Amino acid sequence: MLVGASPVLEADDLIVELGGLPVLRRVSLSVKAGEALALMGGNGSGKSTLVRALLGLLPHERGAVRLFGLPLRSFRQWSRVGYVPQRSLALLGGSKVKEVVAAGRLAHRRPFRPLSRGDREAIHDAIAQVGLAEQLNTDIAALSGGQQQRVLVARALAGNPDLLVLDEPTSGVDLEHQGVLADVLAGRLSAGTAVLVVLHDVGALGDLIDRAVVLSDGRVAHDGPLGDLGQHHRRLGGHEYLDHGRVAADDHGEGAESWLGGAVEP
Amino acid sequence: MIEILSYPFMQRALIAALLTGLIAPAIGTYVVQRRMSLLGDGLGHVALAGVGLALLTGAAPIPIAVVACVAGAVLVEVLRQRGKASGDVGLAILFYGGLAAGVFLSGISGVGAGGLVQYLFGSLTTVTTSDLTMVAALALVVLVPTLGLAPQLYAVSTDEEFARTQGLRVRLYHIAVVSLAAITVALAMRTVGLLLVSALMVVPVAAARNLVRGFTAGLICAVVIGVVTAVGGAVGSFYANAAPGAFIVLLAIAVFMLSWPLSYLLRRRRTAAVLPESVDDDELPAPHTVTESHPHRHAPGCGHPALQHGDHTDFIHEGHRHAAHADHYDEH
Repeated sequence: MLVGASPVLEADDLIVELGGLPVLRRVSLSVKAGEALALMGGNGSGKSTLVRALLGLLPHERGAVRLFGLPLRSFRQWSRVGYVPQRSLALLGGSKVKEVVAAGRLAHRRPFRPLSRGDREAIHDAIAQVGLAEQLNTDIAALSGGQQQRVLVARALAGNPDLLVLDEPTSGVDLEHQGVLADVLAGRLSAGTAVLVVLHDVGALGDLIDRAVVLSDGRVAHDGPLGDLGQHHRRLGGHEYLDHGRVAADDHGEGAESWLGGAVEP
Repeated sequence: MIEILSYPFMQRALIAALLTGLIAPAIGTYVVQRRMSLLGDGLGHVALAGVGLALLTGAAPIPIAVVACVAGAVLVEVLRQRGKASGDVGLAILFYGGLAAGVFLSGISGVGAGGLVQYLFGSLTTVTTSDLTMVAALALVVLVPTLGLAPQLYAVSTDEEFARTQGLRVRLYHIAVVSLAAITVALAMRTVGLLLVSALMVVPVAAARNLVRGFTAGLICAVVIGVVTAVGGAVGSFYANAAPGAFIVLLAIAVFMLSWPLSYLLRRRRTAAVLPESVDDDELPAPHTVTESHPHRHAPGCGHPALQHGDHTDFIHEGHRHAAHADHYDEH
């Protein structure tokens, strides 16, 4: 994997509050070009909040976010960013697959101009990459949950981004199709795209991940190689989830680990 | 038809109806997409405040109504964006404030609330040449961004957060949509009327969704339905001596009612084209293995996983698929 020197995405001491309550407490992280960073942690640990704050979808109280070296406030090169949200109202129906994906080209387009040939090619290419070429004109609501997730991935790929931010792209997707996503991401990584992916469990993406940041109660509990995370968890609870291809990156410390230990056959 | 066209007042009426039928569903597509179908109704009440003000000052009603309507729409949208009022509370304030102001102002102008009636229900046949010029100019103002910014407005109306990560100025686009809807409502007060214009923004869109697939196709189909019902209603009301606004809206609702069975037929044809040729019933050997004693009664939610199997539901029971048949279960 080609890992460049310049950070594509950086957060310094980020503090985010929702409804007056601190959700992120001094979170720092960075992703370089060609690097795949997994953002992990239990439910409510602040993963989605962090992703949304990094993209400017939520305001932050303190700290700084820089995209491609520019402060978020003055960042305008949105064509370099591809975002795969966890859910989207676009999935409610009334749109064709290609219409949803076409929205991923908007940062490249000017108002009052039709789709260019390059736009069309990028849209068709992105849909083909996620294996939905046959479903180009299908209503999005007629697809399965896993296929809908892939449409959202295609929408982010259509912009040909240098930074891909994916919020739980594998939830509800079977292992075979997680493999499709892993291939797509591997291709982007080797082309130098930086990837920040929120994962609940590593699944088929394990081999791609260069580094994992684990959030716990709004703080960074771990920042390092995925392999070390296994150690970290072994130390905490004595369960080798990595050997099962799963990392239960829970944020409730030892108590939760032993609870999991009770639920999972040793 | 030729007879109708020989009357200048009917010529103006038909052009005004056509323009309303063109723009109301076009902007309505985005309003419906944002789940704000009742926005037009609220704006209609605000336009009434503009009419009241026009009666009081003796100014032309359409321009004043446009200004009042756009101001009200922007105010509610800004309040919504700031989180000061949820969508429906904002709309409710718009409804009642506008209506009260309209009645109040028309009262102190000496005309009285009766003077508002022609704007509430439209008066297509009294459209003057200067009205028509104004309606045409405003229709152009609405139509150009509605079609030219279609990809941006679509993205903002369907997935606001993603649109923001594409660098779109989402708040401005939202304000543009409600402002264009406000202009549409204000100019429709001469055609279908303020109380009924919202129907023309919503009903053709709903009908189009039953008939075609995709957002762009839906937009085009809604505009076609809007134009056909608006012109058809105007012509029909001439012969039936009925109120054109009401005729137009009833016609649009009739199209919507028809779109239901039509959508069913269209879907069946599409599905049939995709599935392999159906096997002739006579050729089926009809496999029919009856399960042995089966005291449990399968039903949705009975605890056994249900599986759609052709025209019936199978229930998975200890590795077997059970389908209800008369008084027993078949193995499938």
